[in-house]
This record gives sequence, C-alpha cells and structure tokens, in this order.
Amino acid sequence: MSRTLAEKVWEAHVVRHGSGAEPDLLYIDLHLLHEVTSPQAFDGLRLANRKLRRPDLTIATEDHNVPTVDIDKPIADLVSRTQVETLRRNCAEFGVRLHPMGDFEQGIVHVVGPQLGLTQPGMTVVCGDSHTSTHGAFGALAFGIGTSEVEHVMATQTLPLRPFKTMAITVEGDLGPGVTAKDVILAVIAKIGTGGGQGYVLEYRGSAIEKLSMEARMTVCNMSIEAGARAGMIAPDDTTFDYIQGRPHAPSGAEWDKAVEYWKTLRTDDDATFDAEVHINADELTPFVTWGTNPGQGLPLGASIPDPGQIADENERVAAEKALTYMGLEPGTPLRDIRVDTVFLGSCTNGRIEDLRAAADVLKGKHVASGVRMLVVPGSMRVRKQAEDEGLDKVFLDAGAEWRQAGCSMCLGMNPDQLAPGERSASTSNRNFEGRQGKGGRTHLVSPLVAAATAVRGTLSAPADLEN
Amino acid sequence: MEAFTTHTGVGVPLRRSNVDTDQIIPAVYLKRVTRSGFEDGLFAAWRGDEHFILNQEPFRAGSVLVAGPDFGTGSSREHAVWALMDYGFRVVVSSRFADIFRGNAGKQGLVAAQCSQSDVELLWKLLESEPGTPVTVDLTDKTVRAKDLVAPFEIDDYTRWRLLEGLDDIALTLRHEAEISAFEGNRQTWLPTTDPLPAV
Repeated sequence: MSRTLAEKVWEAHVVRHGSGAEPDLLYIDLHLLHEVTSPQAFDGLRLANRKLRRPDLTIATEDHNVPTVDIDKPIADLVSRTQVETLRRNCAEFGVRLHPMGDFEQGIVHVVGPQLGLTQPGMTVVCGDSHTSTHGAFGALAFGIGTSEVEHVMATQTLPLRPFKTMAITVEGDLGPGVTAKDVILAVIAKIGTGGGQGYVLEYRGSAIEKLSMEARMTVCNMSIEAGARAGMIAPDDTTFDYIQGRPHAPSGAEWDKAVEYWKTLRTDDDATFDAEVHINADELTPFVTWGTNPGQGLPLGASIPDPGQIADENERVAAEKALTYMGLEPGTPLRDIRVDTVFLGSCTNGRIEDLRAAADVLKGKHVASGVRMLVVPGSMRVRKQAEDEGLDKVFLDAGAEWRQAGCSMCLGMNPDQLAPGERSASTSNRNFEGRQGKGGRTHLVSPLVAAATAVRGTLSAPADLEN
Repeated sequence: MEAFTTHTGVGVPLRRSNVDTDQIIPAVYLKRVTRSGFEDGLFAAWRGDEHFILNQEPFRAGSVLVAGPDFGTGSSREHAVWALMDYGFRVVVSSRFADIFRGNAGKQGLVAAQCSQSDVELLWKLLESEPGTPVTVDLTDKTVRAKDLVAPFEIDDYTRWRLLEGLDDIALTLRHEAEISAFEGNRQTWLPTTDPLPAV
C-alpha cells in the first residue's frame, strides 16, 4: 500500500498496534529535556520508584531560564536558579547527559539536537516543548509533549498515540529576493489558521521547499505548531544528508551508507493520498509580518491593519478587535508605519547561523535607529562561536546592537530579557501572544531580514526599503 | 489519577477564542519545580482586571469552563492543565481544543469536552442570563446538561475509559514491557545514542 512520509515513520516505530479504541504504542528514538517541563516528571519517577529506561537516548540542555549576560555568575532570579539547579541534580541522579550554562554545546534544545547530529531522518523525537516540530525538517517525526508524557517516555521510552492525519502543504515556484522561510510559514499559518493543522502532521513539499537550506527548513517546520499541527515534516534529500554528514553523532563508514540507503526510502509514495492538501505559490509571497496576538493574524508587509468590522466570522471579528486594542493599533494604518522599540533576533525559529548572517548582511555599515534597542541572541554557544569566527559580532556591535549569550531569551521572557508594558517589538520568534515577551508587551513576528531592516529604520521594514 | 464519572458545578462562560496556554498561565509562573499551587498563575494577566469573569460572583467558584474555539493553543506546558485543576476546574468545554492541551488534560483527569459551537453559544447565553446555573458533565453518556439544555460532547473512547477507571498510563504501558524490549532488540544499528563522545 502506498504511504506518506509520516505514515512510513510511524509504522517503523509501532511497538504494538492498539485494538479498538486503544492507541498504538510508539517507540521514541530521542528524548530532549530542558529545565522547565522536566522537574515534575523526574519527581514522578522517584515517587513511583521507577527508573529512567534509556538515559542513552536522552539529552538535556539549559535554555529557557538562562540569562544572556553575565553567565559566569550565578542566576540572579532565585526561582530560575532553583529550576536550573534542579535539572542538574536530576540529570546527575538519573545519568542524563546535560549541557549546562557556559558549556560549548549549550543552547536552545532545538538548535542543539540538530547541530550535534542527533536528529536524523526517520527518527521519532520528542521533548516537553511544542517547538519540537523543528526536527521534522530532517524527515523525523518530532512533536511536543506535556510533562505527564515526558514522564511516560522516561519510564518506558514509548508513547501511546493515535495516528495523526496527514496534510500536504505544497509550495511551488521561487521565493523572490528578501523573501525567506519565515515568510513562507507565516503565510501558511495565515492561510490555514491557528487551528487549521489540528490533528495533522504537515508535510511541506514542492520545488520551493526543496530549494531551502536545512536551516531554512527548520524555520518552516518549527512553526507547524502555530497552525495547530502536531508536527511538520520535509522528506530528506541530499541537502539533509550533506548537513548531517560529519556531525558528532552522525553515522560513519559502512553505517553511513546503510543509513543513507534507508533514508532515501523516506518519501511519500507517488500515489499516496493525504487527508488534506494546501497549495501556495512561492512567486507571489512577499515579506510577511503579524499585526495581532496570534500567529495567524499576519499580512504582507505592504498591507495595512485590517478593519475588524469587515470580518464576517463573529469569533474572528471579536478576536481581531481584542487584538487591536491590546496591540494599540488602528485599522487602516500601513504596517510600514508601525514604530517599534525593540528588535529581537534569535529563538529556535531564527537563531541559527544563516539567520545571523542574513541580518548582519543588512546591518553592515548601518546603524540601529535612535531609540531602538536590538538584541541578538544566538541559538547556541556553537552558533555564537561560529558567528564570532566570521566577524558577525562586530557587525552587530558596530551597528549598535547587543551581542548576547545563547538561550531562549526574549522569545518568552523567562529570563530577564523582557518587554516592558506597552513596549513594541519586531521579533524573529514564533509567538505574538498577549504578554508572551513580557506583561503588556506587543509583538510583531518577522523574518531576520525584516528584523534587521526594521532596526535600521525604526518602523516595520524590508531590506529593500533601505535602498529607497 | 482520580476517576471521573460525573461532575456538577458552577459554569463559567469565557467568551474568547484562541485562549493560548500563555494566557492560561504566563511563563513566569512556570519556574516552580513542584506540582502544586499553580492556581495563582491561572489567567494571571486577565485576573488583574476586576471585570474579568473569574473576579465576579458566582463565577469565582467555577468548576466548568465554557470557552471559545481553539482553546489551549501554543506552548505544550502541562502547567496550563495544573493551573486550571489547582484552581478547581474539572471540565473545559470548547468547540475545538489544541492537540497537546487535550492530551495533557486527559493525563491529569481534566475533562476536555468538545461540543458544537452552537451548543457553546447556548451555554454562554444561559450562564450569562442565569449566573450560577449548575452545569452537569456526565462522562458515561457524554453530555453537558444545564437546565433544559442537553449538549452532547466528544472525547476519544480510550481517554474516556481511562478517566472513568482512573487509570495511570505508565502502568498500562509497562504491561507491554516484553514487547518494548523485543522492539529495542531490532532497532537499526546506525541510530544515535547520546552517550558522551570521546574528547578530541
């Protein structure tokens, strides 16, 4: 029977098929941990006197709470410090490899896994973090789980799950200059809505997706959850294999050849059918930004703030009215006229080396607008080191931006990097929810190129606007 | 987990769609390492507003939340479920739940009852016109009842069975330990482990 990519990976991991209403039991190849969603799971193991079944398939990093300055000093926020220290104690007790603050391999969990070569095609990858969908860029089935499920994986290395539905998101054509993977995924979410992917694994395919680099593919898959999907996937190809080869945990020698032979079978069969299909024309896409308080409330940068009165659906109209009140915006205002206070470049969506290079390229020889602060937070210490080797830190510092240490930072403001009430940001992160970046903070989601151009002009802008 | 068959309590109409988990409990409340006391973070930003529904009698003592579509979107934080339960909620009614939230709810014994949007609207009207109306959620016949209104809801059969029996997922899975071990014996040899690499 012909199958989709997601179905192939699913079938390869079924420990036992459920009968009737009972779910399948799925084996998990890689379990990623961080300090926020793991403490109660470790506690659960201890209370039930259970062991961590496979410490050798488990890895932890500190990311959500870590400060991005003065990392050689103890964390000032005592509650954050306790959470990080609890992770250290738990990892020591249960024998889990941990990359703590200051370690060369420390960083955001979804940046660390791929760069170590731990994320590979055809694997099942989970983490108590919804942006685990990132790893689907390798053709892995990767999804976020709650703390009860974290404990379940710790104890059994499996999860009881019902098969997901499949949705093809086909993006054909060529992305124009200044249009990036971030604009693709923001356009997808605006098209299908924050609930449009509910119950589905999204498979991104088509010529525009095939042309994306590995890091750009991670950006796309990362935000699958913002469309409500369990996971996003892209079939592995030479771009994928080239990225993995030579990384610390990649197979080598004869094992590499065997692996690649298998990975090449991980494609949706030509005659397989998806439960739903969406088509996007890459040629028509332009830089995309959000105006509201959920990631589906986005528009091309050339558009204006919509008038809620024109929205037919009552729930959507009320949501738009509430969003505009919260965001302090008036219908009809051109998005390009919106002035920001802060620009955040970083996160598991856009904190990789290509993102930093793209932004640095725009900023080179220019300066951040007066009254605007720009934070550049690499996704991992390895990304930070590479950027410094390439001289990108100098570009950012010369432009007046702040060059920080690695972590989740202002994406969710669990560390001191937060927006003040009423403060407005252009952010390369993934969520523009009310208060996400700090209580009362107002977030516009943008690509790294738009972030850099916005920093220079002080209003939402694309790099092309700097040439005029 | 405590078994759930039926529950009757104060219904709270929350006329909002896309109630994401950052609204249910903001990230600053996620720093605790314990499993209790999350009620103070529930809807923290909105509870600062005296007009917010949970700041009004009789809704303060609510235990059945009736919300708009796409409830629980965003972050996977199970703290959202803990905060609702620690506050006293036993049921959330919505016409559409985010997948991870619904999964987390099922693990903890919070019933995520999926009703039609038209029934949600009827419940809202009833609870707003007659505040304090008791709402009964019956997991055996999968209905939400309030006065004359009887609204059927959907919940997957396996979660329903586990909730009715109060069964712990991990213990259920460990009954299949032999099959897990057999699967492990056949995994591909190239698959990575996280064992530390030798220093170069």
